[in-house]
Amino acid sequence: MESPTALVSLIIGLPLLGFLINGILGLSSTAYRSKKTLIGILANLAVFIPFLCALTLFLNFDSESAAAFAHLFTWMETGSFSVDIAYQVDQLSLIMTLVVTGVGSLIHLYSIGYMAHDEGFWKFFAYLNLFIFAMLNLVLADNLLLLFLGWEGVGLCSYLLIGFWYTDMSKSDAAKKAFLYNRVGDFAFLIAIFMIFETIGSLNFEVILTSLEAFSGNDIFWIGLLILIGATGKSAQIPLFVWLPDAMAGPTPVSALIHAATMVTSGIYLITRMSPMFVMSPEVMMIVAVIGALTAIVAATIAITQYDIKGVLAYSTVSQLGFMFLALGSGAFTAAIFHVVTHAFFKACLFLGSGSVIHTMEHVEHKLHDKGKDVHFDPQDIRNMGGLRKYMPSTYKTFLIATIAIAGIPPLAGFFSKDEIVMHAFNMGFGEYAGAMYFILWGVATITAFLTAFYMFRLTFTTFHGSFKLPKLINGTEGSEEYLHESPATMTTALWSLAGLSIVGGFIGLPNFVSKTFGGDGHINWLHEWLHTIAADIPLTLSGTAEWALMTFAIIVAAVSVYIAYKMYGNDQQEESDAWIASKFGPFYRVWKDKYSLDELYEGAIVHPTVNFSDKVLAVFDMKIVDGFVNAIAGTVRISGSLLRYIQTGVASNYALFLILGVILVLTILLF
Amino acid sequence: MEFLLNLTIYFPLIGILAFLVFRNDEAVKWTSLVVTSITFLLSLPLLFQFDVANSAIPQYVTEGSPVFSGMDVKYLVGLDGLSLLLFMLTTLMGPIVILSSWNSIKKSLMGYYSMLLILQTASLGVFASLDLVVFYVFFELSLIPMYFLIGIWGGSDKVRATIKFFIYTLVGSLIMLVALIYLGYSAGAATGVFEFSADWRFISSPEFTLGLVEQTWLFLAFALAFCIKVPLFPFHTWLPYAHTEAPTAGSVVLAAIMLKLGTYGLVRVCLPVFPNAFAEFAPMMAILAVIGIIYGALVAMVQKDVKKLVAYSSVSHLGFVVLGIFAFNTVAVQGAVIQMINHGLSTGALFLIVGMIYDRAHTRQISDFGGIAKQMPVFATFFMIATLASIGLPGLNGFVGEFLILNGSFFSELYANKVYAVLAAIGVILAAAYMLWMYQRVMFGPITNEENKKLLDLNGREIGLLIPLVIFMVWIGIRPVDFTKYSENWVESYITISQEKSTAVLETADSSDLPNWTNRIYDVEESKVESFTSNK
Repeated sequence: MESPTALVSLIIGLPLLGFLINGILGLSSTAYRSKKTLIGILANLAVFIPFLCALTLFLNFDSESAAAFAHLFTWMETGSFSVDIAYQVDQLSLIMTLVVTGVGSLIHLYSIGYMAHDEGFWKFFAYLNLFIFAMLNLVLADNLLLLFLGWEGVGLCSYLLIGFWYTDMSKSDAAKKAFLYNRVGDFAFLIAIFMIFETIGSLNFEVILTSLEAFSGNDIFWIGLLILIGATGKSAQIPLFVWLPDAMAGPTPVSALIHAATMVTSGIYLITRMSPMFVMSPEVMMIVAVIGALTAIVAATIAITQYDIKGVLAYSTVSQLGFMFLALGSGAFTAAIFHVVTHAFFKACLFLGSGSVIHTMEHVEHKLHDKGKDVHFDPQDIRNMGGLRKYMPSTYKTFLIATIAIAGIPPLAGFFSKDEIVMHAFNMGFGEYAGAMYFILWGVATITAFLTAFYMFRLTFTTFHGSFKLPKLINGTEGSEEYLHESPATMTTALWSLAGLSIVGGFIGLPNFVSKTFGGDGHINWLHEWLHTIAADIPLTLSGTAEWALMTFAIIVAAVSVYIAYKMYGNDQQEESDAWIASKFGPFYRVWKDKYSLDELYEGAIVHPTVNFSDKVLAVFDMKIVDGFVNAIAGTVRISGSLLRYIQTGVASNYALFLILGVILVLTILLF
Repeated sequence: MEFLLNLTIYFPLIGILAFLVFRNDEAVKWTSLVVTSITFLLSLPLLFQFDVANSAIPQYVTEGSPVFSGMDVKYLVGLDGLSLLLFMLTTLMGPIVILSSWNSIKKSLMGYYSMLLILQTASLGVFASLDLVVFYVFFELSLIPMYFLIGIWGGSDKVRATIKFFIYTLVGSLIMLVALIYLGYSAGAATGVFEFSADWRFISSPEFTLGLVEQTWLFLAFALAFCIKVPLFPFHTWLPYAHTEAPTAGSVVLAAIMLKLGTYGLVRVCLPVFPNAFAEFAPMMAILAVIGIIYGALVAMVQKDVKKLVAYSSVSHLGFVVLGIFAFNTVAVQGAVIQMINHGLSTGALFLIVGMIYDRAHTRQISDFGGIAKQMPVFATFFMIATLASIGLPGLNGFVGEFLILNGSFFSELYANKVYAVLAAIGVILAAAYMLWMYQRVMFGPITNEENKKLLDLNGREIGLLIPLVIFMVWIGIRPVDFTKYSENWVESYITISQEKSTAVLETADSSDLPNWTNRIYDVEESKVESFTSNK
């Protein structure tokens, strides 16, 4: 295709422009801040027009097209090092760009309603646009360093948006935590970049991936491992995932866009981009898969115990990202990207749905305050909810659709992508790689799939089914259900669009074996065709029968799980059922509820000792020992010539005196 | 153009004469502003006319005749790729520094602004001088006004800070003077014409080499003097004192310009003149640099005074610069050169910002703040940008320098060990920790101190003096090539020259004539074999 420079410049440039206009005008003019319609429209266009540009590029592309490059200018160049601000349009970056700008547009639209009454409206949209800009740099970069710019850029936006309501110290704590955990990952990523540059003298993806033979096996292992550590930061995997649940302190559209649909999938994108390198190291693949499966089940078990509507979704996100890592480690890079896409649809829908719920619960609180009732309750606690489906039909229906999608019920989106991942993990059990270990991972993934359906339906039933609990729990809230209402059209439009995508999104990756069974050519998986030049997938070698069996099994697992969840939570039994699980799983349940005490571990083993050591040892050492040495010299001077007195009284003359003394000393040395 | 360079250097000094006419406080301020602004404008043609392709060769050179007979000591100034940007940074900071003091200095304004103007000339002189004696004179001259600025217009503990600053600089200066005199005599002998020579162009050239013994002692002396200036761990304790007690303008000049004299000296003198010692001691310097990076960051983390925190962050940041210099490849040294500018911009900005809040709240204790962002949104924005630049966020200037330094150090042949770069990179995590933690405690949360509800946001003057700094932070962040191009040729040339000199010295060295320790340090016989085989 012809050079994409013009379109890419628009795609990258407009969100930046949106940020600059809303940011600078908003900061400098209070009059501008009140023009919310204008601000909202500008910010939305800054994402929607890039979406249309990306669509244009997409329509001019087919699965065999060679990558097209948009070279803007040289970024750094010195000695043997050179790197450009240049973008690569290919099948993978297009998929990611479409998701980022597409889902991004819907969430921008939703935010107009959601943030309508916030005084930081202008700032919110400026940050959101900046985020889109950084994210597009990340997915479109043609080299690792520009990707890294986007990588840290999205981290910055995440920081700014988590701490958006910064007057609340716990929110700014969450923001700082997110940034720092990400920095730990970024440190490893940087070292990987150094290693790659040292070996081949370039950071360009095309060059790296065509000179893989220049790397030793040892290099490949370490680079892979370091990139993985970087990815565990950004994509919230063990051991660095603890920041993501806290990140829910940000406004809900942010959770949907950044902490579910886009930014947190960066690690998956990066590893897929580098997949030809990863498949060269079975050890790294294995580690990726184990981290993914472990994260998936750890987060899913925590999700069961949560009462915060966004908390459940946050751990669910960590768990789903774990599935994606399992896919990567199983050589199913396409399936990982497939799950990135479907997850973006249904999880964004779920988060925005939760936002709609929180919005109305806050409205109830405000209304009660208006009526002079001094009541306080947590608008995110599902125990205060129940029965909301009557009052918010659109929110309920879309939330239910997305729940079915994530639970893995066919034919909704999540079913196809998750099934492909689980199947690949099983397939790897037969492979030349680590063999049997992958069967265990398949087992873990299956249990996690069961848990996913369970906690998601627990959440949906408790929130929307049964009766509205608040009046029964808190004095002074009687009759408050009359304040419950459906959210405005900007919000429900976004919800319905995402729900629709959650239904049909899976059709881009239909399983090929189904087609074969019915006499087709076995090429109905569009995404596989589309990505085949980029994703270094390890092919499935299972027989058609085995694949059918696995798929049937997965459906049964999901269906059973939904049924159990319905029995336990379908009709106002949340309290009893949670208590029953707690007693049944005893110590395990406590571990889940304590979130495996990882925060306490990191705080106790790393953060506090470092701060204490710096405060009690280093700072004192600096003042007493290092500085004491100098003071000792000063003391000597005092004794020998009482010079200190002179210094304290006169100023310039002493200086001159010292200089003269110095010169005499020098001359003496020179003469003898 | 030669005249223009001299005019730029001395214009601030000449400007002081105007105080004879404009004596009242307002007039003194405006005169200083006009003088430094004109200085900045005068310096611009020097940048635009600069021959980038030949940046290793000094340009706009003014060469006087020797002052004493038989001694090649003369007035010699010019700009080359190494000094150009630092020279420009100094002229840029001139008006900014003047504006920053506008309302905060109340006593003896004429003296204060005279000191700033003398300081300006002295700093410009240091960067422009190409004769080492002239360099030394300007170097010393720059200390005197700083000494007064802290001692007269400083904070409550200014006496102690001044003494410490004074003792340290005195020790550093003396050591350098001794070494300089020795070097001058050696160079003079090498010319065959003079008894003494301080012409840097000759001393740094391939024609002049020093033996291993002399190199070792001279390197150590110069390096010590410069490392005190940097300051490199463990010679850094004067810095937090000096910074905390200095008035804002003093801190800004100290951080943005005077600390660079140390790292500048390491590149200007140590790299080309003592190549063998430079190479042999590089790992030792890297160790000190890495300790400084981590140690500075950890101590910064627990400071209770914002200004002291920024001061310790300088120790950490300048550790990166030293690490880059001794990595001794174009990528890392270029990173170090641009990082000198970056540190000047971002730490300069941070000190200005701390000064602005101090002017309002009359405190710098972190615990006295909290929730300021709500009260001062514009201030919060600038503070955030400077913070991000300081922690090396890609897209802003700090990242470019840190990345090039770390990347170059990673594959540095002199270090031959990845551990320096890897450990130094931990500093990047720590920087985010101490800066964001500080920012949070000062700016976020609810307003806990009632006094802070009266704070007013930045005025036009304050915004105006921060904007140029922000522009350069972004510009260097996204188009660093526009800046690194000036020193590219210089760095490449002198690395080559230094390598060639080093090989030549080793080839001619006779191990039997050398003391044992020299043979041990330099592995004279083995290195000869190595260079022999590599030449083949």
